[in-house]
Amino acid sequence: MKKIHITNGRIIDPANHIDQTGSLYIADGKILSVLNPIADFSADISIDATNNIVCPGFIDLSVRLRDPGQTHKGTLQSETIAAASAGVTGLCLPPDTQPVIDTQAVTELINDKAEKANYSQVYPIAALTYQLAGKELSSMATLKQAGCVAVSNANAPLANLLVLRRAMEYASSHNLLVILHPEEHSLNNNGCTHEGFFSTRYGLPGIPEASESIAVAQYLELARLTGCRLHFSQISCKAAVIKIQQAKKYGINITADVAIHQLHLTENDIEPFNSSYHVIPPFRTTKDLQKLREGLANGTINAICSDHQPHDLDAKLGAFPETEPGIASVETLLPLMLCLVEDNTITLSQGIACLSQNPASILGINSGALTPGFNADVCIFNAALSWAVNQQNWKSAGLNTPYWGEVFKGRVTHTLQSGKIIYTLE
Amino acid sequence: MSNNTLEASTLLDKLESELKQLFSTRKLTQPLMIGIHSGGALIAKELHQRLAIEKTLGIMDISFYRDDFPQTGINSKTKPSQLPMQMENQDIILIDDVFYTGRTARAALNEIFDYGRPNQVILAVLIERYGRQVPLRPDCSGGTITLAEDKSIKLTGPDPLTINVKSLDTQLSAT
Amino acid sequence: MSNLQLTQEGHLKHFITIEGLSKEILTNILDTAESFIGISQQQVKKVPLLRGKTIVNLFFENSTRTRTTFELAASRLSADVISIDIQTSATSKGESLLDTIRNLEAMHVDIFVVRHAISGAGHFIAQNTAPHISVINAGDGQHAHPTQAMLDMFTIRQHKHEFNTLKVGIIGDILHSRVVRSQIQALNTLGVEEIRVVAPKTLLPSHVEQLGVSVFNNIEESLDDLDVIIMVRLQKERMTSALLPSEREYFKCFGLTDERLKLAKADAIVMHPGPINRGVEIASSIADGPQSVILQQVSNGIAIRMAVMSLTLQNKEYAV
Repeated sequence: MKKIHITNGRIIDPANHIDQTGSLYIADGKILSVLNPIADFSADISIDATNNIVCPGFIDLSVRLRDPGQTHKGTLQSETIAAASAGVTGLCLPPDTQPVIDTQAVTELINDKAEKANYSQVYPIAALTYQLAGKELSSMATLKQAGCVAVSNANAPLANLLVLRRAMEYASSHNLLVILHPEEHSLNNNGCTHEGFFSTRYGLPGIPEASESIAVAQYLELARLTGCRLHFSQISCKAAVIKIQQAKKYGINITADVAIHQLHLTENDIEPFNSSYHVIPPFRTTKDLQKLREGLANGTINAICSDHQPHDLDAKLGAFPETEPGIASVETLLPLMLCLVEDNTITLSQGIACLSQNPASILGINSGALTPGFNADVCIFNAALSWAVNQQNWKSAGLNTPYWGEVFKGRVTHTLQSGKIIYTLE
Repeated sequence: MSNNTLEASTLLDKLESELKQLFSTRKLTQPLMIGIHSGGALIAKELHQRLAIEKTLGIMDISFYRDDFPQTGINSKTKPSQLPMQMENQDIILIDDVFYTGRTARAALNEIFDYGRPNQVILAVLIERYGRQVPLRPDCSGGTITLAEDKSIKLTGPDPLTINVKSLDTQLSAT
Repeated sequence: MSNLQLTQEGHLKHFITIEGLSKEILTNILDTAESFIGISQQQVKKVPLLRGKTIVNLFFENSTRTRTTFELAASRLSADVISIDIQTSATSKGESLLDTIRNLEAMHVDIFVVRHAISGAGHFIAQNTAPHISVINAGDGQHAHPTQAMLDMFTIRQHKHEFNTLKVGIIGDILHSRVVRSQIQALNTLGVEEIRVVAPKTLLPSHVEQLGVSVFNNIEESLDDLDVIIMVRLQKERMTSALLPSEREYFKCFGLTDERLKLAKADAIVMHPGPINRGVEIASSIADGPQSVILQQVSNGIAIRMAVMSLTLQNKEYAV
């Protein structure tokens, strides 16, 4: 393993309350020292980070790699390259792969593929129920031993609350984190956009805010009943933020994240019938967006994820309701986070914590910080560097982003995963 | 004939007398007169009266039959033609104000034949202007004229019937 | 999105939705239709305006009535017209829609008239079809049905002449109706004084008032001083999806009866896009009565469709 010396960067490590220019020393794939000089350190590689920010590598709580099973949309190889270029050094893979992550064989397959792709930290999330069918429990304990960091039913519905209650009880017996998308499927009514003025104007079936807030309320009660550690993924509305805030006040053991694009787009931003904006949960109103931002700033929402969902062209080619939802978003994660810093929604340190320290703590892994002894997962980025979302710069196999053609500020220059340089900006 | 002799009433008189002659040579006993909207209709109204034609005057708007639709589009003010129920076996006198390229007459004939097979059709115009583009000619006219291509003739009326010659440039600047 | 429907010079290229079209364009459609009205009354109900043009009616959703009026409109303009019914299953995807379009495009079609069960299908086809082809929306999902709305505007203008003093009530299933969305946009663009929508909350979309209408849950209150009453057809399946308890109760609460009609202006006209559910949304005595203009709507439908077809095909060489 090589010794790496990163010099002269502005080191921001929220977990250790560091925001100072200096050196970072890496040896044997681990963080050796931050700021404090090491005598006789002979670096194999020296990275000059002048004018750049050096921070913990990002941990993304939801990245669809489309592999195994849907490799026409993206492969583990293509999507981990995209993630590395975005400074993401650890990513959670939701269980809705094909086959579903509900056996050890699938987790082994994923580990093999990750190894071949030279991307070591793919964290599979196990299915909460067998085949994600929402009826029978998956073999959670076995899957945990096989390396799954949490259990989730992805976007698939559960048969009823009894199944959920038992799944949460069982998960908590094995000290497993349960990740839930709050969604009351019966209220969705085949919706494809937020139920509001936009859906009314264009005659598109709408998903009411209540679909999410009712689910949040139910899941919160079950978390209280079962004592299960619960994480809400990708919340989208004001009422959900308020309920989570209250529950936290009462000491229920919950956390929440939001998809980065939900902090930037509302129903008003949707170009009519442009399927790049088709996403679930749907873009909601300005009030919801403001509350999400507020929740992020005050810590009600713990983390930001990309909710990366690459698609093939055909999946997005059609009339809006019949296209598949989802945005290829991992590469716009950092620049969009920096926009929140720019408009003073959060501080830079907060933003970095939401992408590293906080997701690590949600998952209960020793990562997301530049603590000596931790794996050297490091992201170096230039906050002022502009780049365009175009064919030349884009790495993901999915071109499905509403930001196609736009120019962003903030670009990763180097990504290190366990002390190995997995991305360098050319 | 020079421009300043474009007296509508003189031309009308001449057309009337020519038509009267045709009545006998072509054996027009119970003719049906049709004026082409809008200039032709004005003249037809006058001639219908002067020649004391019994059958109701027909008015034809050939907008829907024009061959320049893809370039110029349709005029939303187009009125459908008011033609008698029976055109089959009729002796038809088709009246227009100016015969120039012949395309209007072509369109009018097409419309007439859509309604059936007339016995004969006679084309009578107030002014025949040099510039034919199709092999059609009026049977009789009030006069002939040669004008530069950038000029246009427009008939206004009915009271008084006036013939105006405009240069296309001035028309454009006027609109 | 309005640009999608217009050429660079502002001429009508596609007719997909009323939204984004100016009052001038809508009025021009009405005026043009006026000139076509007489053709259907002539002995020879045909003019050669679109001779040599090919119009394909692409019906992904079955509707004999609408298809027939489009076919007649095309025939009366001397265009060659073929109708294709494509029954789609719920699982069919955009690829097959696009493939259908591409295949027909290769046959040098000039106009696609499209009806589809999914909102946005018209936009999708207009965006993905060859540049010389015009797309006319004959109804897409719950989004728009602009030719139906325009024939309603035409019928209103025949009876009321000016739009700016009119009070119009639209009664019935507002939520699922593409016609109503287009009617509201057209009425607002043409500048009516007031539009009222009347329905139980289960049949009203959220934020409907933002479309520029006032909302009533009570039919009696809504009828006062109305010039135009537009009844919306109630689909039978609304009863099975917990939106309404029964047809009988619906008629009791929202049906147009003779007594209720007296609450509107004495010269109010009653419209209905058809087919009528007698005794469900409207009493037979009104449907067949002197204030009903329902059959005129049907005749006007042909003229409006002739107008839209010719307007989208004119000035073709300027098309983008």
